[in-house]
Amino acid sequence: MQWCRECTHAPHLLHFCTVYIFHLPYSIFTIPVTMKVDQRTEPVPALEIVGLSLSFGETDILKDVTFDIPRGRFLSIVGPNGAGKTTLLRCVMGVTTDWAGEVLVDGRPVGFYRRKDLARLISYVPQSDDTWFPFTGRELVMMGRYPYLSPFTPPSRTDVEVVERTLEATGTTSLADRDMRTLSGGERQKILIAGALAQEAGIMLLDEPTTFLDPRHTEEILSILADLNKSGVTVVMVTHDINHAAYYADSVTALVDGSVAFNGSSEDLMNKEVLASVYGKEFILVKHPESGKMMALPGGGQV
Amino acid sequence: MTRARQIWILIALFTGSVVVLLTMPLIGMKFTPLQAVLDPAGSGIEGEIFWRIRIPRVLAAWLAGAGLAAAGMVFQALFRNSLATPFTLGVASGAALGAALSIRFGIALSIAGISSTPLWAFAGASVSILLVYGITSGITGTRRGMNTATMLLAGVAVSFFFSSLNLFTQYISDFTHTFRIIRWLMGGVQVAGYKSILEMLPLVLGGLVITLWLTRELDILTTGEEMAAGRGVDVARTRNLLFFGSSLMVGGVVAVCGPIGFVGLMVPHICRLLVGPGHRFLAPASILAGGTFLTVCDTFARTIIAPAEIPVGVITALLGGPFFLALLIRDR
Repeated sequence: MQWCRECTHAPHLLHFCTVYIFHLPYSIFTIPVTMKVDQRTEPVPALEIVGLSLSFGETDILKDVTFDIPRGRFLSIVGPNGAGKTTLLRCVMGVTTDWAGEVLVDGRPVGFYRRKDLARLISYVPQSDDTWFPFTGRELVMMGRYPYLSPFTPPSRTDVEVVERTLEATGTTSLADRDMRTLSGGERQKILIAGALAQEAGIMLLDEPTTFLDPRHTEEILSILADLNKSGVTVVMVTHDINHAAYYADSVTALVDGSVAFNGSSEDLMNKEVLASVYGKEFILVKHPESGKMMALPGGGQV
Repeated sequence: MTRARQIWILIALFTGSVVVLLTMPLIGMKFTPLQAVLDPAGSGIEGEIFWRIRIPRVLAAWLAGAGLAAAGMVFQALFRNSLATPFTLGVASGAALGAALSIRFGIALSIAGISSTPLWAFAGASVSILLVYGITSGITGTRRGMNTATMLLAGVAVSFFFSSLNLFTQYISDFTHTFRIIRWLMGGVQVAGYKSILEMLPLVLGGLVITLWLTRELDILTTGEEMAAGRGVDVARTRNLLFFGSSLMVGGVVAVCGPIGFVGLMVPHICRLLVGPGHRFLAPASILAGGTFLTVCDTFARTIIAPAEIPVGVITALLGGPFFLALLIRDR
């Protein structure tokens, strides 16, 4: 069945969308076949990963990874180094292409969307990169508006407003005119998140957003993400910090050797057996004296 | 970097280009007086030299400079490295080999009187850019910026490889072919009339259009391919289009003018200082400044020891060598 590729709506004869001219052929030539309406009664998850597998040569990086991420969820993905966490995000974003299985965004396969349309649904903050051209923070955030811009038209007033709003939401307005190369790691990460936020997507994927950051910046960034989640954005964060994963997220998926080893609420993760099976090492669980939440400390005689 | 300043600089560069294109043809061994040029009879020797020799030459220099500067700018964005240029990546050598082969073996089938040498140079340029990109990204990965050492070494290796094939081509050529190839390898814009301009024009223009079309994507690609994919850029398609466009420009220029080095290094850098890193302004600025720069260099090259001429490649290399070293030291 043919869908309207301009606005990703199901086709019928009198369907209008913003890019009307390009859309016209679809509405004329597609016969409204009996639409395969999603019969499921529960709401469609923001992201569904079904049987995702990937191998480089002989090595399997991901093995039949299957899990759902419901809309509005704050999900942490944890797991030891080399478990395939980053690769999983790269597969979803189409950076890595030759995987098998299915990834559904809002109930439709990722391959169905054009890249720009996908960027309006999912934004992505990869592990930060150290080579930079001398762009300012504001210019970098404006790049997040790319999916809404056509090649020769300058950014509209709306685009400028969105950029200013996201700068404010991430507390980076004062950094906006500085050269990205002069910013600290934490400031840079906040600008990158602001850029992803400017895409106004309902889902945000982040790859280790707080690694290498000091405690203050880590907390700032995690609370920005928590606020975002409260405003309705589905947040998916790969992290190495079990305590952050459990504290900020409402559910956790653990990958071990490319397979899902745990998928459940963050309270359930804080369990000696679960943690031992994920990381292959002992943990001690203690209650945080202030928040009362459980915390994992490395056990087994180490300090 | 205010918007007004960027626009003023573009206007200044445009005016500079126009002034250079209008005045440089008048300068030569002998200054051509205006009335000789505008003489309706046009039979005077001065008018003849002006219209038949100097105008095509100045046009060729401008196009070559514009194309090389734009190609350098594109490579710097794609490799995310300030030392990437058609010359350092070996793309110019690849193009030179393609062109030399077509000169030697006479496979330069001409279509409607227009030689197909530029197409062979384009093919050579495409092969070498894909090689260097493949080697560099294969070794260092595309996630971090391309490692300078790996990129330069890959470029040098590819460059040497194509240069030796080029030498071999010369070795098996007869005297006249060899002379032609060597002279042309020095890099110069002493073109034979308007035909050469017609040969390079479609390629260079095609490449420039692609570059100007993709300025926003170029900006985003400088932040990394993974980031670009997240922003909604079709990375593979954009990269291939840009490789195609820059190969067109390098191929077109090298086929006619030979490999002229360092224009693609110096011009984009100076323009980045003038209008900032955004390609929306950087691309037109580099094109205009590149054209002006090479035209002025060529006028210098053909007048400084007149009646003899220095190949313009020698002048740009003399200026560019120290510039390259300065960048290498600064980036460390």
